[in-house]
Amino acid sequence: MRWLRKNLIPIIGILVLVYLFVPIAVVAILSFNKPDGKFNVAWNQFSLEAWQNLCGVPGVCQSFVMSIQIGVIATIGGTILGTMIAFALVRYRFRGRSTTNLLIFLPMATPEVVLGSSLLALFLNLAFPLGFWTVTIAHIMFIISFVVVTVKARLQGMDPRLEEAARDLYADPKSTFRYVTFPLVLPGILGAALLGFSLSFDDYIISAFNAGTLVTFPIYIWGAAQRGIPVQVNALATLVFVLSLLVVLGAQFVNSRRRRKLESSAA
Amino acid sequence: MAASGEVQDLRLVNLVKSFGDFTAVDDLTLTIPGGSFFALLGPSGCGKTTTLRMVAGLEAPTSGNILLGDTDITNEKPYKRYVNTVFQSYALFPHLDIFENVAFGLRRRGIKDVSGPVNEMLDLVQLGPMARRKPAQLSGGQQQRVAVARALINEPGVLLLDEPLGALDLKLRRQMQIELKRIQTEVGTTFVHVTHDQEEAMTMADTVAVMNKGRIEQMGAPVDIYDLPKTAFVANFLGQSNSVAGTVQGRSGDDLIVGAPGGSYNVPAARSTRQEGAILLGVRPEKLSIATAGSSAAVPDRHNRATGKVTDASFTGVSTQYLVMTTWGDEWTVFEQNRSVDLLQPGDEVVIHWAPEYTFGLDVPSGE
Repeated sequence: MRWLRKNLIPIIGILVLVYLFVPIAVVAILSFNKPDGKFNVAWNQFSLEAWQNLCGVPGVCQSFVMSIQIGVIATIGGTILGTMIAFALVRYRFRGRSTTNLLIFLPMATPEVVLGSSLLALFLNLAFPLGFWTVTIAHIMFIISFVVVTVKARLQGMDPRLEEAARDLYADPKSTFRYVTFPLVLPGILGAALLGFSLSFDDYIISAFNAGTLVTFPIYIWGAAQRGIPVQVNALATLVFVLSLLVVLGAQFVNSRRRRKLESSAA
Repeated sequence: MAASGEVQDLRLVNLVKSFGDFTAVDDLTLTIPGGSFFALLGPSGCGKTTTLRMVAGLEAPTSGNILLGDTDITNEKPYKRYVNTVFQSYALFPHLDIFENVAFGLRRRGIKDVSGPVNEMLDLVQLGPMARRKPAQLSGGQQQRVAVARALINEPGVLLLDEPLGALDLKLRRQMQIELKRIQTEVGTTFVHVTHDQEEAMTMADTVAVMNKGRIEQMGAPVDIYDLPKTAFVANFLGQSNSVAGTVQGRSGDDLIVGAPGGSYNVPAARSTRQEGAILLGVRPEKLSIATAGSSAAVPDRHNRATGKVTDASFTGVSTQYLVMTTWGDEWTVFEQNRSVDLLQPGDEVVIHWAPEYTFGLDVPSGE
């Protein structure tokens, strides 16, 4: 009993981690499966077939590349616009500022079904051809919201004296932005961009409404699920997971090395 | 663009700053001699920081002029004036190491070879080994020295210090006061130091200007202002004062005779801002002598005297601080050096007396 009380928090922690990672583990394990029949749900036999032949199923790689393309363009567009909006909202007083502040939250608060269908109605009314650009525009729209919120928080948390100090130390407005403001806000912008990309990459509902005949990765999986998801999807998903894990670990490694270097030089 | 280097006077002429209906700085005219250590002393909200920010160029004056030497810098952009600031919270750039923080001003002015001057400056503030650390890894006192180095390296015509020691604990603050004074003597730059700490201002500055409600109440060497305050505000803000209101009743030689609740007092006419009518008499607590009422015969005849009852005695080692309730109901403070072991006790009837030349006469402040 006493043992339990002492170790309760680690036990709960491990249980939560297991809860979070079991689905991912299942996806990864099943990517090495050779399913019996068309549904990849039960372990049958070890096989590297899906990994050796990632694009072996028609359409899967095209949709994967499509989602990455949309994700990259939408992230760049959304991050640039969102960052500029955040600066405007924090730094300037103008008519409609508080309204903008409120409206910027709407894409996040509105149910995706509503957003997707309204956008579809809009594009149809404008006779805008559905496809790559309609999906990208839709993604840019909701990425902006997340970027504005993140960058705004970062800007508001910044000591205004830092910029005053820069001006006091012979930095004109351009240099102040380049050497002080931007480097300090950059981590916030990068975080927002990463979040934006992952939101775009896995969006199904809004994309499905506005894609026309375009097939993104989530749309492909949804369609495939009706007939049995090919093992390649598991392999690609595992690949994405491993890549993002590497990015995070890499950042951690660089950080801790820098800190250790600083500490040793300080000693 | 070269650093000025030479020592120039800083002049503020009819400087006004209003925020809406509120006048933060009210028609301020002031000359700060080049090379001096100047303190702007006042309570929070008195306009001292606003004055400093206008000199730095971070706040535009509503009217008036700021001159550095003969150059009018009133409308000069902050990044073009030879004025640098040590900010209250230091405002060190957290993403740059100490070296780059100090080099910032030089780099922005397009100076390529910065390592010589930066290392020299880091040595001056004794932070040479810390060059590659980030600000967050330094203690408060070290950060403060970086802030000073970062500003001073630009050899500004004037160095502005905005409550630079406010965030430090008492012991460190004393240390930094001496340190700053040393640096100022070494580089010879004009320092304008804003503070609400009267002791700090008196310890460090050659000249102190006491500010209140956007105006300078009095300006001069700390010793002079302390000895002869010109307003009731200064008398109470710079050190402590005991005071009693009275009326001038006549003259005797160089002294004014003042009738007040406790009796009749003498004050040298030269030490009074008023020669007739209502007057506020003041005297510093350490100028007073205190004795039991029984020994009042021993008080020199020419001394001013007041009687009362001790309400509190706090022994602080070097001296004892007495609170005395005077017969007319004011509480006076008396600092008495502990030269004898016979301490007075609360409840003792006492006589307080002091030489007339320690007295000062002031205008009775309006609203009292």
